Amino acid sequence: MNEAASPSGAGDIADLYSRTLRELARDPAHQGRPASFDATARGDNPMCGDRVDIYVSLDGERIREARHVARGCEICQASASLLTALVPGMTRAETTDLGRRAAGIAKTGIGDDSNDGLRRLSVFAVVHKFPSRVKCVTLAWNALDAALAGVKETSSE
Amino acid sequence: MDTIIAPGTAATFDVARIRQDFPILSTTVHGKPLTFLDSGASAQKPRAVIEAMTRCLETSYANVHRGAYALSEAATEAYEAARVAVQRFLGAAEPEEIVFTSNSTVAINLVAHSYGRGVLKPGQFVLTSEIEHHANMVPWQMLRDENRGIGLRYVRVNDRGELDLDDLAAKLADGKVGLVAVTHMSNVLGTVTPAAQIARMAHAAGAKVLFDGSQAAVHRHVDVAAIDADFYVFTGHKLYGPTGIGVLYGKRALLDAMPPFLGGGDMIGSVTLERTTYAEAPARFEAGTPPIVEAVGLHAAIDYVTTLGMGAIEAHERALVDHAMAVLPRIEGLTLIGGAQDRGGVFAFSLDGVHPHDLSTYLDRHGIAVRAGRHCAEPLHARFGLEGGTTRASFGLYTTAEEIDLLTVKLTEARKFFA
Ligand SMILES: Cc1ncc(COP(=O)(O)O)c(C=O)c1O
Repeated sequence: MNEAASPSGAGDIADLYSRTLRELARDPAHQGRPASFDATARGDNPMCGDRVDIYVSLDGERIREARHVARGCEICQASASLLTALVPGMTRAETTDLGRRAAGIAKTGIGDDSNDGLRRLSVFAVVHKFPSRVKCVTLAWNALDAALAGVKETSSE
Repeated sequence: MDTIIAPGTAATFDVARIRQDFPILSTTVHGKPLTFLDSGASAQKPRAVIEAMTRCLETSYANVHRGAYALSEAATEAYEAARVAVQRFLGAAEPEEIVFTSNSTVAINLVAHSYGRGVLKPGQFVLTSEIEHHANMVPWQMLRDENRGIGLRYVRVNDRGELDLDDLAAKLADGKVGLVAVTHMSNVLGTVTPAAQIARMAHAAGAKVLFDGSQAAVHRHVDVAAIDADFYVFTGHKLYGPTGIGVLYGKRALLDAMPPFLGGGDMIGSVTLERTTYAEAPARFEAGTPPIVEAVGLHAAIDYVTTLGMGAIEAHERALVDHAMAVLPRIEGLTLIGGAQDRGGVFAFSLDGVHPHDLSTYLDRHGIAVRAGRHCAEPLHARFGLEGGTTRASFGLYTTAEEIDLLTVKLTEARKFFA
């Protein structure tokens, strides 16, 4: 039997759904709509129906707190969860940069341990073996970027 | 075709042998034999289709309707023979009632454009339904939103996923509906709609009727004359044919009364700098170089399924549907969406605690291809409170009961894995 043309991914299912990722997906720490916030945006993936709402409160230029309400798959939820844990204290320029790096890790599979945040984001390196799922990682980051830019809605497309 | 081939029956439907006609079915995915349960999105191709297209490209390819030389004449003949094959496949009265488009979506847009803008009058309505694929919904919304005074109504769907025929009657009652445009089979629920009855109701209220047969034409014998459809569309790639070709059937008198859709070569009578006259149907609606090799491929696909026998395919798939209906609901945490009396082999479901995307990735690693998401039917998912999407398994003529059993086993395992 010939192997059908398959993408680079030969990733095992258990690699993708690692314990770390699954714990992140369930982590309640930054979940839920806060009573007050300074900016919010909604990210939609029109193909699958995944939706992430990001809420941020600011101290001047810097994020004081970020929270999320995510309706989506485990990867999408884990990404929203880690994002909201990592971004407090950052400026928009810094979160945009971090979001690009998160996407880069998911697309290339190359982790980064130059700091703690990047080390934690490297949990998504395995996603590169599942190319259709890269969008699940980036949706929350797109929503955060939109919120900080004052845009209400964005999508994974 | 002059030779009479006895159509197959369920008894002679040898699925193991038939699977050998589809080269892709003997490949593996992630080291596992491919279990392809996404034929509703696009079907796999038998060798007969692949070879017919290759043969055309290697021996008889040229542009059609344009050259007085042997190759162009051969290509034109093959293209027109495909039209006759579609005419017979659908039970249409004449080949001129068959318009080739590039898919169902373009066929429906053609009707929305030419019939909607050219024939419907201000104050009239198009009546579609809540269970439509976006292809049979968005073109009508676009027509409504052009402020031509053409409105849009939706037939409701009941909790079993069937069209509510009382609601259909109510929405036809004022006689203002000019066109009913509904699916002949849902790509999410598997519901087969009572086309002949819908056509009767539409005609009694003075409306024409279009059926989206993208799914139905694959799984059932369709006879547009028996249904009394005014328009009927389907798409080649779901009928085991190539992408890039679709069909619009329209009654001759309707097509003749419709203005062109796209302008260009092949659709004209004569052109001067001042004015152009248009060709008769179907050429009027086939601007530009058509999908020539794809028409040859579609012809081969139609020959393939009619040789097996649409009745035999239907009987085989009915047995698969019965089997799926027996085993799927027994899976703990699984909820099937819809449960129409008359249904085909399309099953959308949710599995408690497992997101459709995670589930489809899990199944993929076991060689099983299913679709996750909202299947181009967002309003339908909203209607059933499933904005987050569903997982869909859909069958083809090559699907086996063993594949459904494998799906069942892996669904149960997935639920444990994600618990
Ligand atoms: C019911 C239905 N209508 C329309 C379409 C659109 O077909 P196509 O994308 O080939 O135009 C599809 C398939 O995607 C379908 O299932």
